[in-house]
Amino acid sequence: MDPILKVEHLHKNFEDFKALEDVNLSVQKGEVVVIVGPSGCGKSTFLRCLNGLEEIDDGKVILDDKVINPGNANITKERQKIGMVFQSYDLFPHKTILQNVILAPLKVQKRDKEDASKEALELLERVGLSNKKDQYPRQLSGGQKQRVAIVRALIMHPEILLFDEVTAALDPEMVREVLEVVLSLAKEGRTMVIVTHEMAFAKAVADRIIFMDGGRIIEEGKPEEFFEKPKTERAMRFLESFEY
Amino acid sequence: MDAGAISQYFPLYVEAFFLTIKIGWMGIALSLLIGVVGAFVLHFKVPVLSVIINVYVELFRNTPLLVQLFFIYFGLPKVGLVISADKCGVIGLGLLGGSYMVEAIRSGLSAVPVSQTESALSLGFTKRQIFTNVILPQAVISGIPAVIANVIFLLKETSVFSAISLMDLMFTAKDLIGLYYDTTECLLLLVLFYIVMLLPVSALGSFIEKKIRFGSYGD
Repeated sequence: MDPILKVEHLHKNFEDFKALEDVNLSVQKGEVVVIVGPSGCGKSTFLRCLNGLEEIDDGKVILDDKVINPGNANITKERQKIGMVFQSYDLFPHKTILQNVILAPLKVQKRDKEDASKEALELLERVGLSNKKDQYPRQLSGGQKQRVAIVRALIMHPEILLFDEVTAALDPEMVREVLEVVLSLAKEGRTMVIVTHEMAFAKAVADRIIFMDGGRIIEEGKPEEFFEKPKTERAMRFLESFEY
Repeated sequence: MDAGAISQYFPLYVEAFFLTIKIGWMGIALSLLIGVVGAFVLHFKVPVLSVIINVYVELFRNTPLLVQLFFIYFGLPKVGLVISADKCGVIGLGLLGGSYMVEAIRSGLSAVPVSQTESALSLGFTKRQIFTNVILPQAVISGIPAVIANVIFLLKETSVFSAISLMDLMFTAKDLIGLYYDTTECLLLLVLFYIVMLLPVSALGSFIEKKIRFGSYGD
């Protein structure tokens, strides 16, 4: 089967600093790929390259046989197929929860308001937040905001979802409610690329683990293999850093 | 205190009051226009124009209004441009205010975090849609307190108009004191009229701030 997302020889520099060096990755439809690695290893930058938020210096990112990065005139249109959820939620503070969710369907996809609102409420219901629809983001907890951010990405019917450390800014007791939503998405067969520091979650959700360090993919494999018997010294040391 | 003097001067103050308001608000309207255009130029980093706006802002923020008025009122006629005192007041206030408004509006625009743009981009919005739907509404909310503070400051600055013989409140008070020596009465009336002019603006300002703050405050 052809992969839905292909990354070929991706290079990304920040001036003299080589953030990503020759990164290659293929993601199959329905696959959940989790990227782990020490801070500053380039995993978030890599995710941002996948939907063209960062311009790349060499290589290609291909979604459905269409080149996403290096960017082209159609990048705005292609981006709708890639949902992204960020560490800092980034809901629109001047809009209510419902407005946050339907703004892109209305403005970008020119959908009918009634139809978009109906779907928005169903999705909010699914993450247990339909009763918050008329509140503003500031009235919600971090975990609730992040669940709304996930809904806001889902309503665009993306072919692939990117999660960039979505629990890193949350209080510990709120991490679970967000991860459970992500886990349920994985179970229904969504294609996802997830960057996380939650190792137990990575193990539970991943079909494949990618370990990055120094801007390169060092190791990849099935979660059980990676967490039980990492092949490389660097991965071993990284995993040890999570033990007390 | 001479009640007879007060009732005698009162109509003169009313006249000056309306002149001050007229010129004040025309100047403020001009300053807002300059402010919006200038802030957009800086926000979108328009080449050449950005440099001009920056020079303008520094020049007018760092010189007193009185000096600017002297240049416009007494200086320009020397190069053949004669402007009436009224227009001079509007232009002077507009140019001074514009330099403050550019900064107030620009700071509102730059207060919107880059991550807002990025999350909107990831949803497929175009840059133009992001500006009108995401950045501008938030910039208005965070920029309004500074803009209102500027409006109050500019209305008070009208008091230097008397230096170019505009018959505003300050000119009227000084004139009457010079003629009749009723210093206490004249100054009391002066304070009274400034308060009557500015209190509603302050009240309206806090009302607007409370009204719009709700959506964004403390996200």
